[in-house]
Amino acid sequence: MLIFIARRLGLMVLTAFVLTFVVFYLTNLPPNLEKLARSEGSVRMSDEAVAQWIIDNGHGGSVLGRYGQWLGVVPGWQNVDEKGVPRGRCFAAGTDPAAAPRYCGVLQGNWGYSTFFRGPVLQNLGEKLAATGWLMLWVMIVMVPTSLVIGVVSGMREGSRTDRVLSTFSIATTATPEYVSGVILVALLASPVTGLSPLLADWGWIDGKVLFQGAASPDKITFWSFTLPVLTIALYGIGYIARMTRASMTEVMTAQYIRTARLKGVSFGQVVMKHALRNALIAPFTVIMLQFPWLLNGVVIVETLFNYKGFGWTLVQAAGNNDINLLLGCSVVAVFVVLVTQLISDIGYVFLNPRIRLS
Amino acid sequence: MADWDPSKPILEIKNLSISFFTRLREIPAVMDFSCTVMPGEAMGLVGESGCGKSTVALAVMRELGKTGRIVGGSITFKGRDLTTMGDEELRHIRGSEIAMIYQEPMASLNPAMKIGAQLAEVPMIHSGMSKDEAWKLARQIVADVRLPDPDRIINAYPHQLSGGQQQRIVIAMALMAKPALLILDEPTTALDVTVEAGIVDLVKELGEKYGTSMLFISHNLGLVMDVCDRICVMYSGEAVETGNVTEVFDKMRHPYTQALFRSIPLPGADKNARPLISIPGNFPLPHERPPGCNFGPRCDYFQKDRCDAADIAMDPVPGDDRHGTRCLRWQEIDWTAPPAKREIKEKAAVGRVVLKMDDLKKYYSVSSGAFGGGAKKVVKANETLSFEAREGETLAIVGESGCGKSTFAKVLMGLETATSGSIMLFDENVQSTPIQKRNTDTVSQVQMVFQNPFDTLNPSMSVGRQIIRALEIFKFGNSDDERRQRMLELLDLVKLPRAFADRMPRQLSGGQKQRVGIARAFAGGAKVVVADEPVSALDVSVQAAVTDLLMDIQRENRTTLLFISHDLSIVRYLSDRVMVMYLGHVVEMGTTDQVFSPPYHPYTEALLSAVPIADTKVERKRIVLEGDIPSAVNPPPGCPFQTRCRWKSQAPAGLCETEVPPVQVLEGGHQIKCHLTRDVLAQMEPVIKIAAE
Repeated sequence: MLIFIARRLGLMVLTAFVLTFVVFYLTNLPPNLEKLARSEGSVRMSDEAVAQWIIDNGHGGSVLGRYGQWLGVVPGWQNVDEKGVPRGRCFAAGTDPAAAPRYCGVLQGNWGYSTFFRGPVLQNLGEKLAATGWLMLWVMIVMVPTSLVIGVVSGMREGSRTDRVLSTFSIATTATPEYVSGVILVALLASPVTGLSPLLADWGWIDGKVLFQGAASPDKITFWSFTLPVLTIALYGIGYIARMTRASMTEVMTAQYIRTARLKGVSFGQVVMKHALRNALIAPFTVIMLQFPWLLNGVVIVETLFNYKGFGWTLVQAAGNNDINLLLGCSVVAVFVVLVTQLISDIGYVFLNPRIRLS
Repeated sequence: MADWDPSKPILEIKNLSISFFTRLREIPAVMDFSCTVMPGEAMGLVGESGCGKSTVALAVMRELGKTGRIVGGSITFKGRDLTTMGDEELRHIRGSEIAMIYQEPMASLNPAMKIGAQLAEVPMIHSGMSKDEAWKLARQIVADVRLPDPDRIINAYPHQLSGGQQQRIVIAMALMAKPALLILDEPTTALDVTVEAGIVDLVKELGEKYGTSMLFISHNLGLVMDVCDRICVMYSGEAVETGNVTEVFDKMRHPYTQALFRSIPLPGADKNARPLISIPGNFPLPHERPPGCNFGPRCDYFQKDRCDAADIAMDPVPGDDRHGTRCLRWQEIDWTAPPAKREIKEKAAVGRVVLKMDDLKKYYSVSSGAFGGGAKKVVKANETLSFEAREGETLAIVGESGCGKSTFAKVLMGLETATSGSIMLFDENVQSTPIQKRNTDTVSQVQMVFQNPFDTLNPSMSVGRQIIRALEIFKFGNSDDERRQRMLELLDLVKLPRAFADRMPRQLSGGQKQRVGIARAFAGGAKVVVADEPVSALDVSVQAAVTDLLMDIQRENRTTLLFISHDLSIVRYLSDRVMVMYLGHVVEMGTTDQVFSPPYHPYTEALLSAVPIADTKVERKRIVLEGDIPSAVNPPPGCPFQTRCRWKSQAPAGLCETEVPPVQVLEGGHQIKCHLTRDVLAQMEPVIKIAAE
């Protein structure tokens, strides 16, 4: 087991290097840097001045070298700008270059300065990630039990009316992307002029103007503000996981050992609970674990839609504002979330299924 | 149950008809089926696949799925009609009064539940037993079915047991509530013969001990003779003959029963002098049954306008014990007449050596541990394999699963390379050349016929196209026309109509698919053909035809046939020489006569005695091997067979545990790998005796 985990961790680190390098390369393409120079320096700079600014601010030299600096395995750049002030990666302008460490990269805990937040990347990213964590937690709490119940109930009697109703629901929800379902939900439940809210307000059933709020904030998590974003993300996942669970459940229900159980005189409820359930949950478990990376994507749209300042929103802002360090930070986080959940899913799989052996 | 009189039948099926309903039509699966099982009696249901025998069994359990329905007749169990019983009542009978044992033990056990929990469930449901008591009972029953170390077994998961052990668990599960009727649906088909012998003994013994009645479903006539008191032969949804086992076997009164017996290789059958007679034609599909007698179109005694005029009823044979036949002409037929068209064939001469293996070894290394770590272990799949095969010869390789016979085939084909030793194929060393590196000639000369014809044809390519594809790979012919011509000739060779070239594999029956497989193997003019259990997936009546086809092609092309099989009856029938393998070792090798008569290797002796023979005149010594085949990962020291050998005490002391026995060469080149002295070997008695007629 230890060897297995060690091997997987090694592979993870390698994947992380490759992926961050790709992101680093793409964000550091020359046109990007020019844009950065004009936004950070001055819009009216001459082309020569832009080139000088890029070199002065440590964006010159080879891509590999700069990637090494960002990582913290190559000494940080140092030079003196046209005003004679020493500048460098590892110290703020005006401080003594001699006192600064030679290496300062991601490995040393220096994730760089975010031009969008006007502060260090690491601290800002941590806050936003925590905010998204709360959102995801609620999504999972809603999504996993609902989808498993729907999947098991529709799969235990394949082709029955319940199955067809639930299947239609699952297909409809998976077929609707978040930006559609989000908009529909907002229009239906969170608008003072259309949907249900004006009706309810007319009847005096709700105090405010809207039933649910169309915006959410990590500082104030309430049922009324969180329902819509959580529902928007969960709906898509519910349909997807329910379909997987249903497929797995129908397969298990036709297995011979289920027939054995029935012919032992076990009642239908017990057949489902004792014999079918554990076997049927093996496949959806992997799917649920696969949902984590997908959730990271899903939050991009939902957080923007509901103006929820979390990880997805940060990613959109970083990309929109050409904030290279923030974008790189986001990609590191995303890579680790994906790889760690996959590792957990593989290990959990072995414990769920006594027959499985990994190698 | 109070109103049931134990002298009355425990199960009485009267004129039962079952149909399956599809969107298109109603498909009758069983028609007008009647049978009676008395308390303590074992009833055998025999027939080929698709004849409806399993449907009858499932109907007794009322488990026909959504599409199946009982459309007529009644099933009375202990005086109560099962066909009209409600779900709740039915649930109380299932498992407690009627229990079932299934064909595939692995699939019938819940993979994610411990054995003990699966067993204990039965008394907990039916007699409200407490969990502790139920587990205690489970432990006791596990010991009753003679499984070693019951405490470990009840805490194990199904995948941790061997196939034979799993089947014993399924039997234990059926016995947990001491049922009055036990339904066994091909209980040993998935098991090895020596394991099968143990299971059959167990079932018989438990049946006597608990006085359980049995409904035993099988396609194996020999097995039915061993286990059952009465037999019911089914064909295409109908019972065609029923009666006492000895009467049906000795005085059969239905042409189908007769044809079935003539198509199975019994001792005395011989591929040259007394070849098997296959039943002509194909099994009718359920919705294409002929009018009148279902067997009519394939019957030698068919009379037009009489046999196909109207449905035929069961006719009792007077004087016998409840013996009946569904044949109009049974009183007119001369049942003692020998079969008319038995053609005697010439024995093919054996030519030069084409394949020579010397000291071949194949080891695999595997790792243990759930996450791939753990100690590396070596599996010795083949140990010191040496033999020669000559042109035109049939060499049979016999052994149970795990003995290394398939590994040997893979090494020969080049799918694996040998660890050490040499393989000489027409004076060419091929032991370390994988198939990708072999030249086209070598590849086309060594070909294989696979076990399962259902999986080995590409489902989306027409039959003709598949054969042409093989010809293209073997670089045969210069143009597409030439190859097409050759493909049609190949279809002729395997006796398939040329029109089949445009058919898709799904339109073919199992036997026809296997013929296509044979045509493909011979496409490049193969000189050595490895047939890996080529007929074991086919029905008895088709087996004979496919075997004969292989023999005919061999005679014509002087092919060397390596026939891998676990079925000793068919091996005795068609092979010239036999090689018996056990745990990677060749334990005995010689001509068919030498191997099938004493002196035997102790393993061969047990193997021979384990094969059920469907002939009442044959007397067979029962030697039941204890335990399972040891794992090849952890073979016993010394002789591989020493853990199960009944002759061990007669061998020189201590040798069996410590040394791998030497190969003794007896007269006529008969080789036995055993420590027993020649004197002891000479004292061995034949396992099979044919009583004088």
